[in-house]
Amino acid sequence: MLRPLATIARSTAAEAIHTRFGWLLAAVVLLGFSLVQFLAQVAITETREIQVALLAASFRFTLVFLVGLFVITGITRDHNDKVVDPMCSLPLSRGGYYLGKLLGYSLLCLVSVLPLALLLALFTTPDAAVLWGASLFLELLIVCAASLLFGFAFGQVTPAVSALVGFYLISRAIASIQLMAHGPLAEAGSFSQAVMTRLVDGIAYLLPDLDQFTRTEWVVYPAAHWPELLVLAGQTLIYVLLLAGIALFDLYRRDP
Amino acid sequence: MTGASDLRPVSAVPAAVVWLLLGALVLQIGWRALAPRPTAEARNLPAAPSAMLLQIASLGDPVALAKVLMLWLQAYDNPPGVSIPFLELDYRRVTGWLDRILTLDPAGQYPLLAASRLYGAVPDPRKQRQMLDFVHGKFLEDPDRRWPWLAHAAVMARHRLKDLPRSLRYAQAITERATGAQVPGWARQMRALVLEQAGELEAARALIGALVANGRITDSHELNFLRRELERLEAGSERPRDDAAATGENES
Repeated sequence: MLRPLATIARSTAAEAIHTRFGWLLAAVVLLGFSLVQFLAQVAITETREIQVALLAASFRFTLVFLVGLFVITGITRDHNDKVVDPMCSLPLSRGGYYLGKLLGYSLLCLVSVLPLALLLALFTTPDAAVLWGASLFLELLIVCAASLLFGFAFGQVTPAVSALVGFYLISRAIASIQLMAHGPLAEAGSFSQAVMTRLVDGIAYLLPDLDQFTRTEWVVYPAAHWPELLVLAGQTLIYVLLLAGIALFDLYRRDP
Repeated sequence: MTGASDLRPVSAVPAAVVWLLLGALVLQIGWRALAPRPTAEARNLPAAPSAMLLQIASLGDPVALAKVLMLWLQAYDNPPGVSIPFLELDYRRVTGWLDRILTLDPAGQYPLLAASRLYGAVPDPRKQRQMLDFVHGKFLEDPDRRWPWLAHAAVMARHRLKDLPRSLRYAQAITERATGAQVPGWARQMRALVLEQAGELEAARALIGALVANGRITDSHELNFLRRELERLEAGSERPRDDAAATGENES
């Protein structure tokens, strides 16, 4: 079980080299640095804070977008090249295939986050950069698992990416949406309001609270936020298990 | 995408996978149920960013961002359990946000409704004046469109603040500046409404009735909101604010 799993993980990670993912990442870093250097020229005050805030936010969103797109295109390519179907004829290998893919993409996330966190350390304290990098890695694990699920479920890039974008945006905004639903001006006693509030609360139970992850304030105003990282690690573990469960459930129901 | 007919039965899924799925689902729901509920306490309202930053953040769609920001802003409340909404908010920050939202969406009326009828209704005369001044300032930028909010501000100044000179100043501003063809004649006679000896309920009823008759208020939610306001005034108990207002005034 372990040997084929490691082989799939290795080949998945190697896919990043063949598709020049690294060059894309380097371009992102270069573009980010150019942007913050420009902003440093025009800022009158809080130059370092502006630089680190924009650098952290742009790195985060770009990496989420790149990793999500990379995973989905990889899975749909496997799907189109009929890699998944023969694998489905071997019942025992389905779990191994999924875990191998997840492991390979997780490795890619780790390798992508490390240089960005190191670069960010030039603008903030090392502790804050490590915390930010660790949190981004956890966030990317959830994005990876969600991308795998949507890639397997849809088998096409457009619907899978649309689902991922929807999932990510709603997960980032769910706390704000809940606040609006429970706001002091919500029409108390109104049936439609009660239904909407329950619906929003129900969705919130099923989504990770991604706006708690990789917060820019950690690198702009460094402080001890390590206990928060433990909470995020717990949420990541649970959510990746949930996404893995759904993806495996879907994979095992496919006909060879 | 795999069609339902192409799928194998659920029994084909190994029990371990089903247990993993169910276990993770229970854990996720439990985790979220145990997590603290998101709250937007008054003290946490951040300062408004610059208009330029918001323009960039809107990605070329400032009106949509303005609408979302307004809904987000009104979710900021006192700590749960406190019955007087908005009282603890830092009003400089609130006006900052309202100002940015109006900059993003100058045709929008929501920030002015919020300023005059929500944030301006707190039992703190200083904060009420702050909001009425904000409404007055914004009225001057676009009198023909924003006069209804200053008309309400004039009524508020007259009856809540008992500040007749301020109320007359607002009424006079409407007369002099809201001169567009779409502004009804009675609006320019606000001075008469202000000087009438009628109470707040009559003044509010007259103003809202005229606005509705004039077709200025058509949104059903806004009509409901105003109806509730009138009912509160009629009941004479008009929110717990009134009691606190007296306390606030005594303190000040």
